[in-house]
Amino acid sequence: MARTILPFGPQHPVLPEPLHLKLTIEDETVVEALPTLGYVHRGLEKLCEIRDFNQMIQIVERVCGICSCLHALCYCEGVEQIMGVEVPPRAKYLRTIWGELHRMHSHLLWLGLFADAFGFESLFMQFWRIRERIMDIMEATCGNRVVVSVNVIGGTRRDLSPEQCQWIEQQLAISEKELKQLTSTILNDYTVKKRTVGKGVLTKEQAYQLGAVGPTLRGSGWAQDARQTGYAAFDELGFDPIVEYDGDSYARSAVRFRETLQSIDIVRLAIARMPAGETATNIEGVMGDDTPQPVSGERGDMMQAYKRDKRRRTVAAPPPNLDLPSGLVSVKVKGKPDGEAVTRVEQPRGELLYYLKGNGSKYMDRVRIRTPTFANIPPLLAMLPGCELADVPVLVLSIDPCISCTER
Amino acid sequence: MFNMTKNVVANLLTKSSTRLYPFTVRGHFEGFRGTLVNNIDECIFCRTCQIKCPSQCITVDNKAGTWTCDPMACVYCGICVEVCPTSCLSMTKEHRPVTTEHETIFLQGVPKKKKKEEAATE
Repeated sequence: MARTILPFGPQHPVLPEPLHLKLTIEDETVVEALPTLGYVHRGLEKLCEIRDFNQMIQIVERVCGICSCLHALCYCEGVEQIMGVEVPPRAKYLRTIWGELHRMHSHLLWLGLFADAFGFESLFMQFWRIRERIMDIMEATCGNRVVVSVNVIGGTRRDLSPEQCQWIEQQLAISEKELKQLTSTILNDYTVKKRTVGKGVLTKEQAYQLGAVGPTLRGSGWAQDARQTGYAAFDELGFDPIVEYDGDSYARSAVRFRETLQSIDIVRLAIARMPAGETATNIEGVMGDDTPQPVSGERGDMMQAYKRDKRRRTVAAPPPNLDLPSGLVSVKVKGKPDGEAVTRVEQPRGELLYYLKGNGSKYMDRVRIRTPTFANIPPLLAMLPGCELADVPVLVLSIDPCISCTER
Repeated sequence: MFNMTKNVVANLLTKSSTRLYPFTVRGHFEGFRGTLVNNIDECIFCRTCQIKCPSQCITVDNKAGTWTCDPMACVYCGICVEVCPTSCLSMTKEHRPVTTEHETIFLQGVPKKKKKEEAATE
């Protein structure tokens, strides 16, 4: 049988990401796949040389729009580790809540795209309608729908009022009800199973040896989740990773669907256990300086008087930010990062790793980002040989590729 | 085979999830970072917004008293609003209107006089 090399992508009707694959096919069966990357490389890591470490938060958020909050969280945790900053407990819970909301909207987006890839347009619309509710929560609490920009070094920029927490719980209850109505469709429907069960099997040994991460790894039977390392408030919110054992596309989609429901539970638990207090650390305070922390927000008049008065020591500082609805807390960061740190967080797609190196100036020496899709490309290449050409889009989507993350 | 039937019936009997866009416009929530506005009368041209801006879209000339912003480069993070010492920068919750040309926001204010100049004029 003669072999044919078929270029697949970077632009393809069912592929949302610019991944180019050179598929060697025999008849209709894929024999070999070779990836080509580099279509959306933007050189964001290099920007650390001309943007200071605070500005880099907004830059790493733009590595990937879908997991922007988790990129910023990972970066901020790394810089805090270098500078020895203790994050207030409330800020840890807030980071957890927004991180899990991001996981939910990413998984719902993926579930919709996955349904679209095998031609189930109605299911695609159902998932995206639920996702819209999560996006509304983001807009109401963070000020933006996708790039939420809430993490700062030392805490979070915004707070959640009790009314907002109550509203979030209501919205999540509706989302959970709607999601459970779709359970039988995504997990038991004949057409879904026909396109996913037994397609692109990644065995447990292959997943380990090829370094798969995230739902790709857990779909192959490994109970490994970077949230177990206890970043943000996850060490106080006990949870078990979602695991499926079949290693096929169906198992990976089931992991993502069940993780969405699990995230709703985690957000509920975090809201219930969230302690009162400040949302951002003033590093001057950590270092022993008792300068009152400037707070801006809705109490504008009081703050203006406080800021403009030259004799700051004699003016009473505003009370700590306990009941301020979505109030902003400005963090006065003093000192520069000097040293190196490695931090890991669990993105919707898998484990994200940041290596940061500071040199005592306001510019970092190195910001190295290792993203989950990069780790999941070797497992993808292992699952493609042997499949039919028509299954390639479904298999590529089953690892939830994010090429803008991979190339940065 | 009929797993979606319940949803299909529910969707038929309930109201539409989408809006008739030009006629029904969804408003934004409080605190949405929409458009960057500068009240140039209160601006002291301290250049803090220019220094802190991660996308470097703001240019301030403290001698000429000009404040320039490239809205196409702005990422609407709201950092400039937070760091502004006089709170002359703010964000409205409306999106910037669509334009057909690349435009720059140029605001001319009165530069802050130095103490010596102030004393001389008095």
